[in-house]
Amino acid sequence: SIFSQEYQKQIKRTHAKHHTAEAIETYYQRYLNGVMKNAVAPVLLDLANEVDFAPSLMARIVLERFLQEKEQTIPSKTLINSMLRDPSQIPDGVLANQVYQCTVNDCCYGPLVDCIKHAIGHEHEVLLREMLLEKNLSFIAEDQLRAKGYDKTPDFILEVPVAVEGHIIHWIESKASFGDESSHQAYLQDQFWSYWNRFGPGLVIYWYGFIEELDCHRERGILLKDCFPTDIVTLRHSMAQR
Amino acid sequence: STEPSEERGGQRSALVSLSLLQKDFVPFLLNFLREQTSQILTNGPPTPAKTPNSKAHGSQRTGSERRAGHATSSRVQLFSQRTSASLGSFLATPEALPVRRGRRKGSSSVGASGRQVARDLGRSLAEEEDGKSDSGSWSGGRRKRSEVPLVPARSPPSQLNLNNLEEFPPMGAASGWTNKPSRRINPTPVSAERPLSKPKTCFTSTPVSRSPAARWSAGSSLEAFTAAQEGNLSSVISNSLQEEREMLKKERYSLRISFDPGTPTKPSYTRSASLPAESHLVTCANPAKVSCKKQLECLAQLYSSCITENLVPNIFLELFFVLQLLTSKGTSTAEDGDSDPEISEINRDVTERQHFESVHNCVYFAVRVLDYQYEIISHLEKGMLKLLAENERIASFSPTLHKRLRQAYESSTAKVSLLLPCSVQSVSFQPETDNRSNFPSDRAFHIFKKQRDIFYELLREWEDNHEKTGWDFERVLGSKIRAMMAHLSATCNHSHFARLFQKQLIQMCKGPVSGGASWGDTPDQDVLNMLGSDNLSRLKRLQERFVVPQSIRGPCPPPSFPGCQQFFRDFILSAGSYQFNQHLMDSLCLKILELNGLTLVEHEHSDGEADMEEQDEKKRFTVALLSLRLLAKFLGFLVFLPYRTAEQPTRDLQDSALVLRNQTLPVLDILKLLRQSIRDQRSVLTIPWIVEYLSLVDHIAPFLDYYRKVFGLLLLMVLSEEKEMSFLNKLLILAVLGWLFQVVSPVFSFLNFGINLFFLLAYEVDDCFCVFSCTGELRKLLASFVAGSGGKNGGFIRKITPTAAESLAPKASVTQRKLQVDLEQAFFHNQPPSLRRTVEFVAERVGSNCVKHIKATLVAELVQRAEVMLQDKVKEEDVNHDKLLEEVCTHLYEEGAQALIKGREFCRKKGPEAVRVLLPEETSAAVLSSAENIAVELATERACGWLSANIAALIKREVKATFNRMLKVPGFPLPGEDAPELRRDCTPGCQHCAPFPSQIINEIKDVLCVAVGPREEGEVVDYVWLEGLLGRLSQTLRCRKFMCPTSEQQLARCTVELASLLVSDRVPLSLGIKCPEKSPERLHVKNNPTSGLLKLLFSIWKEDFGTSVPVQLIFSKKNMGYLAEAKQQEWDLFLFLLHGLIEHELMRTSEIQSCLHSLEELPWPSVSN
Repeated sequence: SIFSQEYQKQIKRTHAKHHTAEAIETYYQRYLNGVMKNAVAPVLLDLANEVDFAPSLMARIVLERFLQEKEQTIPSKTLINSMLRDPSQIPDGVLANQVYQCTVNDCCYGPLVDCIKHAIGHEHEVLLREMLLEKNLSFIAEDQLRAKGYDKTPDFILEVPVAVEGHIIHWIESKASFGDESSHQAYLQDQFWSYWNRFGPGLVIYWYGFIEELDCHRERGILLKDCFPTDIVTLRHSMAQR
Repeated sequence: STEPSEERGGQRSALVSLSLLQKDFVPFLLNFLREQTSQILTNGPPTPAKTPNSKAHGSQRTGSERRAGHATSSRVQLFSQRTSASLGSFLATPEALPVRRGRRKGSSSVGASGRQVARDLGRSLAEEEDGKSDSGSWSGGRRKRSEVPLVPARSPPSQLNLNNLEEFPPMGAASGWTNKPSRRINPTPVSAERPLSKPKTCFTSTPVSRSPAARWSAGSSLEAFTAAQEGNLSSVISNSLQEEREMLKKERYSLRISFDPGTPTKPSYTRSASLPAESHLVTCANPAKVSCKKQLECLAQLYSSCITENLVPNIFLELFFVLQLLTSKGTSTAEDGDSDPEISEINRDVTERQHFESVHNCVYFAVRVLDYQYEIISHLEKGMLKLLAENERIASFSPTLHKRLRQAYESSTAKVSLLLPCSVQSVSFQPETDNRSNFPSDRAFHIFKKQRDIFYELLREWEDNHEKTGWDFERVLGSKIRAMMAHLSATCNHSHFARLFQKQLIQMCKGPVSGGASWGDTPDQDVLNMLGSDNLSRLKRLQERFVVPQSIRGPCPPPSFPGCQQFFRDFILSAGSYQFNQHLMDSLCLKILELNGLTLVEHEHSDGEADMEEQDEKKRFTVALLSLRLLAKFLGFLVFLPYRTAEQPTRDLQDSALVLRNQTLPVLDILKLLRQSIRDQRSVLTIPWIVEYLSLVDHIAPFLDYYRKVFGLLLLMVLSEEKEMSFLNKLLILAVLGWLFQVVSPVFSFLNFGINLFFLLAYEVDDCFCVFSCTGELRKLLASFVAGSGGKNGGFIRKITPTAAESLAPKASVTQRKLQVDLEQAFFHNQPPSLRRTVEFVAERVGSNCVKHIKATLVAELVQRAEVMLQDKVKEEDVNHDKLLEEVCTHLYEEGAQALIKGREFCRKKGPEAVRVLLPEETSAAVLSSAENIAVELATERACGWLSANIAALIKREVKATFNRMLKVPGFPLPGEDAPELRRDCTPGCQHCAPFPSQIINEIKDVLCVAVGPREEGEVVDYVWLEGLLGRLSQTLRCRKFMCPTSEQQLARCTVELASLLVSDRVPLSLGIKCPEKSPERLHVKNNPTSGLLKLLFSIWKEDFGTSVPVQLIFSKKNMGYLAEAKQQEWDLFLFLLHGLIEHELMRTSEIQSCLHSLEELPWPSVSN
């Protein structure tokens, strides 16, 4: 997870460099020359490794360029994505193989990796749901929230808030990744503060750990944990107990 | 009212004349006290203007200066306007009293003696102005006056008789002559009663035992008003006013010239804030060292009666002053003072004498006043009482007061509510108001989503940084806010944002700190923190209690936006958006009206059970009151914002502005609300927020016809003697009004204002008459939660409007229905108020739940059916979607009528349940059943009313939404492509311990990597391992718990790819020991290890996947490409695969055929084998 995130950061830094018109043209010509010489050689993959760029993204660049030449228009994003997901749709057999090779061999990008990430995320959500059920904490899950028309939806909203380590929380977000500085900042901006803005304070669980210094918004209402909390205080219906 | 009428008439006319003197007395007395104590009072900010007009006399200060508080108005300046008319004086003027002024408990004799002196003093002042004054009528008084010994202090204190006017020293009089030119402004002929005054009537003839005001009967006041009206006042008034203003202007000018050189009579004290450092200087006040006790006692009585009779502009200002005296530190000079000040001063003029030059005297006076004002003091909040009870000075000067205070403290329950401290909490997202259906377009919805987040981002930034030096709101946030406004405008989202803004405002600022006017609003914690520290700092803090939370600004701070309110104010200013302001005003008005309509329910102290309810009601009331004040302040800010000017406009500008602005209607009709509140005896809730609203008026607004009426009516509230209004309610109203008049007065010349008020009183006579006659008729105690006492049915009860009742119920005759309503009201009348609230609450909730229930059941059902119908019809060619929708909906409307029947059923079932649970167990059966029936009826009215009006629209909306969703689903209209039913559940007894899907995908990816290449020399995939992987895949697919659609689809796709690669021998299998020699000769396909894997895959595809497996991908160009160079063995495997697919019903023969046919179109390499 950490490696993947570091790699992504590096790719992001160099992303622009690979997307200049010249770079694209160079890559495309090199691909064309390469497959002319040997269609079964891993031309694209080698190219990506050589210029230190994610193979899936390289595949995307070349595919885009290829379609542009073929159709004389800039292809839609959905079309490209669909072709990357299922290279069989690519009208050129050689390119299809090349692209498939790239996506399969990419460890951080591409539809396969995306799917794996998604699956991991989903699995942790399911685990979290299990724990909540076990603790008898009733909640509203994301899909229910969406159905009700909420514009921003954490994984779980607690129907009855609880206190975790003395902090009241209304929602829990599960993150199946390592909470590093940049990803946490992005999440804060896109998600956590938005949840806070709508539902009040809440809890984020980074199942793969996080940088401790990031847990600095506890007082404001964003709590970080790397596991399901044990110190939970629930609202007791004291009236009923009396 | 027991006296013969002619006597009364005579007295009245006497009083009329006296009143003009009286009104000058109060400011004189207040100024006198301030002046006397100015040297000794170094322990606090100068008590601001005793006479509210004082600032108006100085050069007009700019708005910013005003905002800066009273810092600029020095004590010295305060003394310069000694006798000019003040609010207090107007309040004191009987002409302004259209109502009977009743005697107050225990103060009548004091008040009367005070009045005597007041008259005397006033008269003496009037005399010196004889020349200017149009009243030669004062001469009668003069003769009497000369008989009064000028320096009666010569006589031993023991001989002083308080009730004897002859012996009483008129202290202020001499000072008026000798020290300063009087600045008294001529009594102006603004009242029609003035000519009636009979100056010859001697003051002393008035029985001192009775307050003159007590004789001011309602009848005579009415007479006076009639007279005032008959005289066609309005025209006369406007003319005389004009003259008046000119006169005043000249007079003021000349006075300033004559007076200015003498102004700085006092050494200016620069008060050090660090009290502990000076604390060693604090003198120990000693009752034995008090000098001029008698005079001080007199002054204390006088002063107290002014307070008691509402003659002071602001009670709390005076209390502040008294506490200042109580906690005064004194100076060394005062301590070194003469051993016998009385002797040394014997020859001095009375008013020149320093009665307050020692701490002992100050404390004595203060304690005396506190003693007289015990009634007010005893109602202060508990923390305050504790400090007073612990005050050593009080203990040593008046053990009895000390004891009473202790008692009061012990029995006090008046705790200042500890509301949540101001902290950022967000406004919760409510689907009913915030989801997509509340926005005109996706874009608007999306943009608002962003705006909400930006708003909180700004708020957080402000919270983090605003206290840092050099942080500037406008510079940092201004452009962001304006960008936000532009977005809002583009999508017409202002109303949503205004609502958010307003809710956030309440959320953050409704705490006590927001108050501007109220004195006791600081959280109790302050007091708690103070306890336990040493005495001196206690003293200091006690005094600061009156200053905090306006610590630097004194007890009468100008309106301000403390704490978080600052953010909201600055936001409005930076946004500078007309649209936003308008929407915000709408939103504020709505909320104010809602809160102002709060049902106030009376509580009797009859039984213990009421206590809890009472507490709740108090809390509700407090929250409403605080929120109202906050909202009203912001509304006032917005309303008057466009007219704000730093400088007082010139008269010409003002006149033209008046002409313009008199034409427009105010955003919120506060006059109407004020009248209503007085009529309904709810003014304790309404006045405080109206005061906040008005505190932000611009320079012109108070002169507008509309606001003049409002101010006039408010003034009446001060003057009125609402006997049945509880003491504390009255106090609250007086406090806020006192503050308002103090704050608003510098905006314009208070003199003019005062005069205008006189007219207003004449104008408003109808109003006030109505007010008081109504209260006479409908007199019910005002529900008072501040005081903890209430009135029967004081609040109005929200009645649910029976909108659809007519369509539902058979039409009973009007009289019958009215009778029913009356019966219902009667039923509630003798029941505890909680019953009514319960029934109304149940009705509201059950009604609302009923609608929700119908939506979730009947409507949802109908929508489902509509979906099926639409699905069938939409596949037909060339359908007009709108028309289709209409058709389907019309079909459903008839069934929608069911909603009413079901709704009624629902209410009939749920209503009684709820009522039964909520009412006490002991409720009698008859009462219970009546309550149930009413609840059901109200709930049904509410629910069915809504349903009958909205059901059709609701169905249509829902069906339309579903339809749109249906059309959006990709590939929807393709018939016959129904995906097989997704498998939802795990196999029975599943332990959920299968590997995670993510892990399996990852492993398959690894296999694919090796298969697709590039691979290293000798890199292989172990057969057994792969077999195992497929086994685990099967397990994973069978456990549905962690599976999600994307994972499953990916697995399906990957396994198809894997099959293709296997068939084309792209997967370098290592067979390990199981099959040691890889025979070069052709194995029978059945024995080929690959076929074993394929068989596993068939089974997994067929049995384990819950989603359709895209096996047709095997025939894609790419995958067939793998086969293109295949050997015979692989073709055999391919055939095996095809058979397998058919065998396992994964593909039909025809499908395979068509796939193979399409393959023929591909450019195949030359068929070699």
